[in-house]
Amino acid sequence: MFDDLRDLYQEVIFDHNRNPRNFRVMDNADRKVEGFNPLCGDRLTLFLKMKGNLIEEASFQGSGCAISTASVSLMTEIIQGKTEAEAEELFKKFHEMTTGKDEHFNLEAIGKLAVLAGVREYPARVKCATLAWHTLDAALKNEQQSISTE
Amino acid sequence: MTEFDVDKIRQDFPILAEQIRKKPLVYLDNAATCQKPQPVIDSIVHLYSHDYANVHRGVHTLSVRSTDLFESARTKVKDFINARSDKEIIFVKGATEAINLVAQTYGKANIHNGDEIIITAMEHHSNIVPWQMLCEQTGAILKVAPINLQGELIYDEFEKLINDKTKLVSVVHMSNALGTINPVKQIIAAAHARNIPVLLDGAQAIPHMTVDVQELDCDFYVFSGHKLYGPTGVGVLYGKQALLEAMPPYQGGGDMIRKVTFTETEYNTLPYKFEAGTPDIAGVIALGAAIDYLTAIGMDNIAAYEAELLCYATEKALTIKGLRIIGEAEHKGAILSFVLDKIHPHDIGTMLDSLGIAIRAGHHCAMPVMDFYQVPATARASFAMYNTKAEIDVLMNGITSLIEVFG
Ligand SMILES: Cc1ncc(COP(=O)(O)O)c(C=O)c1O
Repeated sequence: MFDDLRDLYQEVIFDHNRNPRNFRVMDNADRKVEGFNPLCGDRLTLFLKMKGNLIEEASFQGSGCAISTASVSLMTEIIQGKTEAEAEELFKKFHEMTTGKDEHFNLEAIGKLAVLAGVREYPARVKCATLAWHTLDAALKNEQQSISTE
Repeated sequence: MTEFDVDKIRQDFPILAEQIRKKPLVYLDNAATCQKPQPVIDSIVHLYSHDYANVHRGVHTLSVRSTDLFESARTKVKDFINARSDKEIIFVKGATEAINLVAQTYGKANIHNGDEIIITAMEHHSNIVPWQMLCEQTGAILKVAPINLQGELIYDEFEKLINDKTKLVSVVHMSNALGTINPVKQIIAAAHARNIPVLLDGAQAIPHMTVDVQELDCDFYVFSGHKLYGPTGVGVLYGKQALLEAMPPYQGGGDMIRKVTFTETEYNTLPYKFEAGTPDIAGVIALGAAIDYLTAIGMDNIAAYEAELLCYATEKALTIKGLRIIGEAEHKGAILSFVLDKIHPHDIGTMLDSLGIAIRAGHHCAMPVMDFYQVPATARASFAMYNTKAEIDVLMNGITSLIEVFG
């Protein structure tokens, strides 16, 4: 019945929505930033444990749609063990992929995150996917306030 | 009573024949804005093709024609809501501008430091923020009457808020987030017992029921044309003449003046005093066409048909496991706001869109209502006179299927 949506709602996304990874409060976090999308009410708190410029651990709390939950869940998996610079580089790539400006975007270069490429066709949903990454960006820049995608 | 023929009505709305994502459009976002019948579309084309010029300004034929059409639309609005006089009908941009107008003219002139304004917990942002702004400017205090879990105003609590400091009551006639229809006559009677004027935000109520401002005895009534099958860009402020006469003007400019010199300006009479600048001429005339269309069908017929639709939709919705209706007031208009267990409204919106179904997912410009129910957002199906039970079946099947897919 929802064949048209297969690109957007891939099984991996349902899976992360049902069982979000790293979904917990981190008491000893070095960085804690809140992300908020006022348009849809999505809210998340991202926690990072740093070791020098290395992201040692990442976790989150919050509620959102399947796209935003899967995006933040996948992100926390992928950024663990990455340096700040590597994470920023991923954010840039992810942004390029989801805003769909580059038609020749190489999906292989972004690994698992490619499951979120489907949002390109749904402009109303791009912000759901990018909220996690904007929040990460703020955390890496050590902005302790809440950020908003609007 | 004329026979209500939904098939015939549907044929008057060209957009209803659209295919969305290769499926027939099921348009259930009418509370955001509703679609336009052919006579409304035609009136705009006809005006620009044959009768258009600026209004109130010229002696030439087209200006006279345009002005006649414009002013006859005012009379149509007056008759539609049963105002006493054309002078009580002010054309504005929409409900939002109408409320801001009252806040910045009536409000600034009459509401002072320490005075109180009462609203309810189910208001649209446009009936919250203009009052907050006024309070900031004047030092007045905004009081909010609470609602219960059904989404009904707790009337006793409202009444307790009224006191000698209350200078205005501004409440929504029908809530866009919940569908609740407020006991406005009771509210007005209680406020008038203390000589407090009442503004009704009729943005949602107006397309669903007969509104008679004399019977209601409200002091101000506001609504938007685009929710009444008319175009965007035009709305109405009704005000009792004596109140409007006493109010200072809103904006300065052309049309709202009688005489201007560099030392003093004499304001125009009602309703022009509040209509500075060239108005939305085509919008006003097309709103008149929408009113003609609705009058021919009959607002009471529309109300009866929509009550049937809402009843059908509610019954069906209640059989879906994991669906919770937000807003179960006893007295309710054709709006079904709901949430699904573990499925975010935005996902519901995207999934239903892929089936050609347009609903709204979000906070509906009523964030305090979302906070009250502790949900980030709701999904909302809002019905119009052109919707059918068959469309409600499509909606309910869609919801059932998406619940399965989400697992
Ligand atoms: C209850 C209510 N009041 C006011 C408004 C504002 O109407 P507009 O945006 O047309 O000015 C709306 C529109 O959604 C509404 O539903």
